Amino acid sequence: MHWVNFPLLVIMLWSGFRIYWAEQEWAFGILEWEWFQFFPDWINEPLGFDRKLARGLAFHLSFAWLFVLNGLAYTAYTAWTGEWRKVVPSMRALKRVPATVLHDLGLRREAPAKAGYYNAAQQTSYTGIIMLGAVATATGFALFKPTQLSVLVTMFGGYSSARLIHFTASIVFILFFVVHIVQVARSGRHTFMAMVSGYELLTDERDRESTVV
Amino acid sequence: MTGGVAALAGVAGWRSLQGADPDFRIPGPLRAVHETNEAIWSTLMRDDHLATEYPISEASVLRVNGLHGIRDDIDLDTWEITVLGPDGEQLGTHALDDIKALPWHEMTIEHKCIEGWSQVTNWQGARFSDFFALYQDRLPDDITHVFLQTPDGEYYVSVDMATMRHPQTLLAYDNFGEAISDRNGAPLRLATPLKYGIKQIKRIGSIQFRRDQGADYWGERGYDWYAGL
Repeated sequence: MHWVNFPLLVIMLWSGFRIYWAEQEWAFGILEWEWFQFFPDWINEPLGFDRKLARGLAFHLSFAWLFVLNGLAYTAYTAWTGEWRKVVPSMRALKRVPATVLHDLGLRREAPAKAGYYNAAQQTSYTGIIMLGAVATATGFALFKPTQLSVLVTMFGGYSSARLIHFTASIVFILFFVVHIVQVARSGRHTFMAMVSGYELLTDERDRESTVV
Repeated sequence: MTGGVAALAGVAGWRSLQGADPDFRIPGPLRAVHETNEAIWSTLMRDDHLATEYPISEASVLRVNGLHGIRDDIDLDTWEITVLGPDGEQLGTHALDDIKALPWHEMTIEHKCIEGWSQVTNWQGARFSDFFALYQDRLPDDITHVFLQTPDGEYYVSVDMATMRHPQTLLAYDNFGEAISDRNGAPLRLATPLKYGIKQIKRIGSIQFRRDQGADYWGERGYDWYAGL
């Protein structure tokens, strides 16, 4: 379920940016001076984001169902097995997040106490990314059927606001992915192998068991 | 090992999807998902579930985004609409005054473009359901779609009957109390918050009641036939 997310998210982002190409409305700027535009032509054209709206929609709206099914399967699995306890941070863990982040950035020498299987920052960002998936799904449905699901549209502050949240979620997914990969690489081969296989081999013979990552 | 097999299966699946026979410019399986989505959402649709309406103070004249089928000049005084039955037989013609004689309705709704932008705008005109009532007795019971075309035949859409008979589907001739501009579809256009703008044809020249889905300009160019909201 973890690995299914990767190709699914890549497809959702790729098709999503083909949709975004058709109406590129957001940029950071001051008055008339735009200093940052998402996806300028030099990104859009080589990656094939331009002039593919119909194909982008077809892929996006088909693979969205797989993304939803995978999310539901993951949620059901963690709820059933009780694995959610490893991921959802406690209030105490939340307070340790700044210290953990500073430590990882090399700004704080002392390593924070582990909150359990994952550290506080991991718990918070993993829970956050799952919630982000839920927000992306809910705003996606709001944009897909805004008349039939007008309640959802209202919840997200209107149609354009839902579109902005949906787009922001896609950018946050990319940022998460970058940090996630850097952190896994830093933690060494052991973690990477566990992440790839879905199982972690513990060194202690008596405790040998497999744990789904 | 399992992961490797799954990855290979994923790549193979992706390649076969990309190479699948296209159905109007998109891979057939994706067209099938569009049609499944249509089946789900058209079943959930209810006539009494109305799109949100807004105060007219929030509305502005709709942005002009495409001129397909309305590039030629038009003589509004001689314009008339032709009505056809399912076998192509002509059932009648109407001048704009006939449409204006039907009960007047107004809506201020959010127009949505399939490209992603949206705008609150205002439409005034007759409900298509009232227009349909003029012909209902002369039509068979199995009409499922309405096919509408510009006078030059360049632009055409096909819309399901459930949407056409919805109370917020108008044959619009005015907006903000004035005639619709040429570029926004004078003298008569389709307006409905239940479909993207691509279905809301401007400058209607003919209307055909059909037993099946007719041609659709953007549907043939890779978009969802249904394009419902």
